[in-house]
Amino acid sequence: MGSFKLGGMTFGSLFKKPETVLYPVESKPAPAGLKGHIVNDVSLCILCGICQKTCPCHAITVEKKARTWAIDPFRCVQCGSCARACPKACLTMEPTYTPVATAEYVTTLEVPDQKAAAAE
Amino acid sequence: MGKATVIPFGPQHPVLPEPLHLDLVVEDETVIEAVPQIGFVHRGLEKLVETRDYNQFIYVAERICGICAMGHSLGYAETVESLMGVEVPKRAEYLRVIWHELSRVHSHLLWLGLAADAFGFESMFMHCWRLRERVLDIFEKTTGGRVILSVVKVGGVVRDIDDAMMAQVIATLDGIMDDYTKIMNTLLTDTSVKNRTVDVGYISHKDALALSMVGPFARASAVNYDVRSFGRGAYGDLADFRPILDDGGDCFARVKVRCLEVLQSIEIIKELAAKMPAGDIEVAVKGAPADGAQASNVLEQPRGECYYYARGNGTKNLERMRMRTPTSQNLAGMTSALAGCDLADVNMIILTIDPCISCTER
Ligand code: SF4
Ligand code: SF4
Repeated sequence: MGSFKLGGMTFGSLFKKPETVLYPVESKPAPAGLKGHIVNDVSLCILCGICQKTCPCHAITVEKKARTWAIDPFRCVQCGSCARACPKACLTMEPTYTPVATAEYVTTLEVPDQKAAAAE
Repeated sequence: MGKATVIPFGPQHPVLPEPLHLDLVVEDETVIEAVPQIGFVHRGLEKLVETRDYNQFIYVAERICGICAMGHSLGYAETVESLMGVEVPKRAEYLRVIWHELSRVHSHLLWLGLAADAFGFESMFMHCWRLRERVLDIFEKTTGGRVILSVVKVGGVVRDIDDAMMAQVIATLDGIMDDYTKIMNTLLTDTSVKNRTVDVGYISHKDALALSMVGPFARASAVNYDVRSFGRGAYGDLADFRPILDDGGDCFARVKVRCLEVLQSIEIIKELAAKMPAGDIEVAVKGAPADGAQASNVLEQPRGECYYYARGNGTKNLERMRMRTPTSQNLAGMTSALAGCDLADVNMIILTIDPCISCTER
């Protein structure tokens, strides 16, 4: 008899709002706490390299001389260690879904030299 | 009696989400012996402990298994904490257990769906996975990830659940209850389910003990063993915890034990949410495990007891990390349950141990 009970539930589903969304026309809103992806506010970054040391996947490369901060999003596992370790709190995990990638790339950011700018 | 033939089963098979190979020695339609072979997804994760420090390894431990990701990070963190003598704040312990029990709910719902699919009950599969999706949504809201949560760290947890969010979690679980009860009643009363599961893959209480079976697989043969009943961490604060046992010993008993464990986990989450203490969610952990320090730990994963062992060498990297997962414990029970069964029941029996091959091979 059990299947009839379940049948009722299955039949009822015909008249309910669908559980799924019509992707890609519609997409689910990202929750506020989503791990998303790492973004760096370079105006605060001091190129200390702590994030690079903390990262379990070696996804971040900090070049002090060239003043660049680079992240390989294909290595990053969104663990958030770098964001927690950053002394300047310039790393954040932006809670948005990213579009599907079509090619591998590394995001390299130029870090402006605040001190030099102030001295001028 | 016909001549004995060997039928290869897996590593690619519709009931197996993960690669497991079995050589089934068959006479007519009866399986006489099953010889398992594993080793298709070995990734050498235990070795990685030498190149990742103890904080980084938590993200490796988490990836041992997609379904018990929370459990593995928790088990690993607890082991390192006892290695270094770290006391975790009460609130963090509660949060860890709440997430861990939620992962048990999603793991069992996933399994119930797969089991239903294995005996041809497609709509049941859909309903189970629909409910599981709600649990994954809770994870996404509270931790930011659906499967890999990355919320546990050595010394506590990295995110808190505030009261408003906790109320939402409880409301979602209450929302699941109505549909879940219907699904459970169907599984436990429907004749077509019983035809496929009752007296299939029977293992007696004595054999279950002799084969060192763990988890719901053992509890369905009335083995009273559940690590949660040791009352460690937040489990110690539960008013009453009794492992769910059944003495059927067959596939039906295993379905029943898992069905009831979902309800039990939901009760645990609600009780802990009501008792949640205020306070910190993490303590700072400094230094490294001492040279030669050893620690071991057990944890009740959705599939059963998982054992962790760690040894320090005075540096930030551990000397050794070892895990013994529930599926490797249960493989002996599975081959013994397969001996003498009908060929058509093989997939049902394999599924009822809820095999997790990635865990086993790491
Ligand atoms: S830890 Fe922060 S401040 Fe230091 S290099 Fe990384 S992003 Fe810049
Ligand atoms: S989130 Fe984790 S994996 Fe990604 S860059 Fe930061 S530390 Fe590395």
